[in-house]
Amino acid sequence: MEKRVTFRGWKLPLILILPQVLVTAVFFFWPAGQAIYQSAFIPDPFGLKSQFVGFGNFEYLFSDPYYLASFKTTAIFSILVTVVSMSVALWLALMADRIIKGSGTYRTFLIWPYAVAPAVAGVLWLFMFNPSVGIVAWSLDQIGYDWNHKLNGGQATWLVVLASSWGRISYNFLFFLAGLQAVPRSVIEAAAIDGAHFWRRFWTIVFPLLSPTTFFLLVVNIVYAFFETFGVIHTITSGGPQQSTTILVYKVFADGFVGQDLGSSAAQSVVLLVVVGLLTVIQFKFIERRVHY
Amino acid sequence: MKKALLGTLMAATLGTAALPAAAATEIQWWHGFTGRLGDLLAEQIDGFNASQTEYVVVGTHKGNYSETLNAGIAAFRAGEQPHILMVFEVGTATMMAAAGAIKPVFELMEESGVEFDQDAFLAPVKGYYTTSDGNMLSLPYNSSTPVLYVNRDALTAAGLDPDMDLSTWEQVDVALDKLKENGSECPLTTAWQSWVHLENFSAYHNAEFATKENGFAGLDTELAFNGPLQVAHINAMGEWAKEGKFFYAGRRNEGGANFRSGECGFFTESSAGYAGVKAEAAFDFEIRRLPYWSEANGAPQNTIIGGTALWVLSGHEADEYKGAAEFMNYISGSNIQAKWHQDTGYLPITMEGYEQTKAEGFYEANPGTDIAILQMTAKPTTANSKGLRLGSFDQIRGIIDEELEAVWSGDKDAQAALDSAVERGNQLLRRFEQANK
Repeated sequence: MEKRVTFRGWKLPLILILPQVLVTAVFFFWPAGQAIYQSAFIPDPFGLKSQFVGFGNFEYLFSDPYYLASFKTTAIFSILVTVVSMSVALWLALMADRIIKGSGTYRTFLIWPYAVAPAVAGVLWLFMFNPSVGIVAWSLDQIGYDWNHKLNGGQATWLVVLASSWGRISYNFLFFLAGLQAVPRSVIEAAAIDGAHFWRRFWTIVFPLLSPTTFFLLVVNIVYAFFETFGVIHTITSGGPQQSTTILVYKVFADGFVGQDLGSSAAQSVVLLVVVGLLTVIQFKFIERRVHY
Repeated sequence: MKKALLGTLMAATLGTAALPAAAATEIQWWHGFTGRLGDLLAEQIDGFNASQTEYVVVGTHKGNYSETLNAGIAAFRAGEQPHILMVFEVGTATMMAAAGAIKPVFELMEESGVEFDQDAFLAPVKGYYTTSDGNMLSLPYNSSTPVLYVNRDALTAAGLDPDMDLSTWEQVDVALDKLKENGSECPLTTAWQSWVHLENFSAYHNAEFATKENGFAGLDTELAFNGPLQVAHINAMGEWAKEGKFFYAGRRNEGGANFRSGECGFFTESSAGYAGVKAEAAFDFEIRRLPYWSEANGAPQNTIIGGTALWVLSGHEADEYKGAAEFMNYISGSNIQAKWHQDTGYLPITMEGYEQTKAEGFYEANPGTDIAILQMTAKPTTANSKGLRLGSFDQIRGIIDEELEAVWSGDKDAQAALDSAVERGNQLLRRFEQANK
């Protein structure tokens, strides 16, 4: 039996949603509109004059090989972060779902990293992996592996992926755990009686029933990897050796606020907005079809 | 009893609330100094505030040099700009192109009626910040030039004579070989690689860094540091990096930690690193002039400055400007300059400051501390050695740093890296030109 809420008039619903609409308008629509407007100009850093260039900023962007490389970097980075954080979280959730001693403690510990702010997490991982004084870097050196993420782009990428996924695992873990607990025990038991072993049960029963959660997390994690990982990258690599960890959102910051090229930065924001919007639309259109509700 | 106490408290609060009528004019100064330099800067501010009652200078630390400049620019856009902003030398072109945002210092001094003799300032120091007419747009605050720090103990341990001639890179190379043979993991390291090994290198060897007199003569300047001399130098350093003779510690002054701990034999760094090295080094060290390549005809010319200048931003009241002018006059005084120079290793900005330091016998007591000035004033400047005036230069330095890192890690050869840096940098220069037309 579904519970529905119906309102008799339109005034009360309007008043109720007004705060949210206002917040969205002020913090999303207005800046987005400004970004689109500003992307057509090249202003000087102090805001004293500006020149209209129409699509000039976009042309400049798409002819810049480093910008195009940034797309590739962002794609690789988001895929890695999403895959790592979701798969580890799913595995941990499966383990924590079983009734074992101290499962409550395990779950609490697994959730803690989520409370750490991205920038703080970035600094933590930076300290551990610092080529001169980091404990992990030193240990790797002992076994003969030379760690220097300040010079090696691949290592820098793995470091930021690890640091970004670490906090995210907790968030995904929470949702997966809740999703797992919503799977009816009777179905699992029936399959077990029929002789299906753990992984078979997982792939044929649990995973499809978990698909709404997985789909939701997929969308949210990709958005996270695109935007909220800024803090981690800024504190650890500042865009990485030779821009190997410069994801699109980092480039928006670097070009605009450090490089003082506000026109290009606004154009990049617009492109980023369109890209993420498209990605979300694609996800909803195609992947949602395979989700069993 | 309680009522009486309450009454006294109220009277005291109201009494103090009446004081603002006689409060001093506040002058906001945003800077990028922390640690010991921050303390010394605070001393200067306190000294000025204590010396008079009309003005109060308030210093605010905004982050490192880049962060301070960006904070100042952002504040200007929001109408919340400070009176004085500390801007590093690479931000000079950005500030100069912003005619409506700055108040040139020579104008400030004239309008405020404060004494200001532009000739009293050391030519190579102020040259960076003057117009072609010779008028100072900003007041140099801390200026330094790169020199060579030598770990005498490390040289002795490797069987070298620490008094050996190290004027040329060829001679330093010989020493690097010996140090490496002896097991040193860091024969040579550097700080600020772009500033020392490309910008100063070009000036010191009288080679062009950018066209149009390194940007002084026009916004349509183009980068030119991929010339044969610079490529040869970066190539040599790349070879040293491969052979383990050059240890790359980082873009800024991370190498300082390695040198001060005694790990390294040689360290090319700002003369202002002296204070830190003197305080921390547990070994015998010495300052020498920056080496040059003996085959280069133009070398050794003179080195250029790095550091910051104080810019005054527009949009403030006349009486506040008078306060800023008085403050600038105060810190240009020879006592303040001599003390600053001796405490930090930065150059005094006035001739007087230098003479006073000499007269006090400081250079005899601290050998090597006058090398910076001597190296900078060795010869009259040429078009290639006055300094640099390039837009978006902080970003261009970032590009240079990236390309040099590719050379150190063996990914690119010197010519390809410098060519790429020139191409990428020119793109930024063109955008800067367009934005400031």
